[in-house]
Amino acid sequence: MGSAPSAAAPSVTPQPDAARESGTARGAPALTAAGLVLLRDLTLAFRRRGELLQPLAFFAIVTTLFPLAVSPELSRLREIAPGVLWVAALLAALLALEFLFRDDAHDGTLEQYSLSGQSLAWLLLAKTAAHWLLTGLPLALIAPFAAESLGVSTGLAGVVASVAVGTVCLSLIGSISAALTLGIRRSGVLLSLLTLPLSLPVLIFGARATELAIRGLPYTAPLELLAALAVLGVTLAPLAAAAAVRISLE
Amino acid sequence: MPHALEAENLQLWRAERHVLRGVGFALDAGECLQLRGANGAGKTTLLRAVCGLLYPDAGRILWEGGDVRADLAAYHARLIYIGHEPPLKPDLSALENLRFWIGVRQAVPRPALEAALERVGADRWSRRAVRTLSAGQRRRVALAALALLAVPLWLLDEPTTNLDADGQQLVGTLIDEQLARGGLVLAAGHHALRVAAARVRSLELPLG
Repeated sequence: MGSAPSAAAPSVTPQPDAARESGTARGAPALTAAGLVLLRDLTLAFRRRGELLQPLAFFAIVTTLFPLAVSPELSRLREIAPGVLWVAALLAALLALEFLFRDDAHDGTLEQYSLSGQSLAWLLLAKTAAHWLLTGLPLALIAPFAAESLGVSTGLAGVVASVAVGTVCLSLIGSISAALTLGIRRSGVLLSLLTLPLSLPVLIFGARATELAIRGLPYTAPLELLAALAVLGVTLAPLAAAAAVRISLE
Repeated sequence: MPHALEAENLQLWRAERHVLRGVGFALDAGECLQLRGANGAGKTTLLRAVCGLLYPDAGRILWEGGDVRADLAAYHARLIYIGHEPPLKPDLSALENLRFWIGVRQAVPRPALEAALERVGADRWSRRAVRTLSAGQRRRVALAALALLAVPLWLLDEPTTNLDADGQQLVGTLIDEQLARGGLVLAAGHHALRVAAARVRSLELPLG
């Protein structure tokens, strides 16, 4: 295929149109871009509240079933409360993961993100933040009520804190596995299999922090370990997720 | 002086199929290249390879003489790719879709958004959820993105699909304006583009 050699071809980048010039030169700042991604996901979620409530309903149902199944005796319930809360929170968070990137992969949004000239990892971090705001944060906020139903009435601040920080880790770990399973139809089971082993440290430290908080003991040590995991996740998970998304787009 | 966009001997395998067999072209500022070829000849594959979504197994893509893989983000900031399905969310309105889509890339003031939608005849239904729009109307929203985003390279997959005569004319006009600005257009599709003919060349992809 030949090409027409053009004499004095103008350089392509400068655009004569003055109004358009400012846009090409700079592009949107990364913070604005991330803000828009976040806002967009929140807007979308509120247009479809049903999906939003699913994990919360699951969490509420599981935690209220335990008193019925185990024993109404408060001392026994209090004993198992941290484990019940955390297993339910972990499974609820897993349930929500499937929606993290799926729709955006189908309709070409992820493709546009990866072609936007912005860092894909940064935009995915914004998406993951939106996901946490829509699932992790609400879970943390209803956790004290679930704890009450298990006979726990002390250390509720610790319960909220540990679930809040723990779900940050879960959303970030989940973003990697959700991105890895994008190309696969009916990826639910695989997604859980990938996420669960990686989330075991979160489960262990989270349940420990919750247990200590309920007993009225200092719980900052496991909580800080959770926070350290969250920081590690914020730094590394988006990079891994972006690499996985790029592969799925091929 | 190097060409604005150049593809050298692109080879690409998808699974067991050798889709692109040594495809190459060169485009200068103000030129449009139309990709033709039977269904399955690899038009979409070539477009996706040129925009960097697919990695060719061999060959290079050069932007102003430099390999685009050296700085993909900078290259991506100069192009827009619109596939056969415009990337729109059914639950958002046309206006919101456009705002989030283009806003991630460049600042878009509200008046510019509305002007772009009016330009493509979308002003009357720009606040309706995209779910309720026809395929042609969705395509027009994608055209508004072209009118709005200031990038030199357009990669369009079947840009006139689902459009009425007026819409096809609009595609031609938009492409003409882009070329007049010194932009480049790479379009896949069978329909003749309604563009000032001298600037359009075509590349026929053989069925692999």
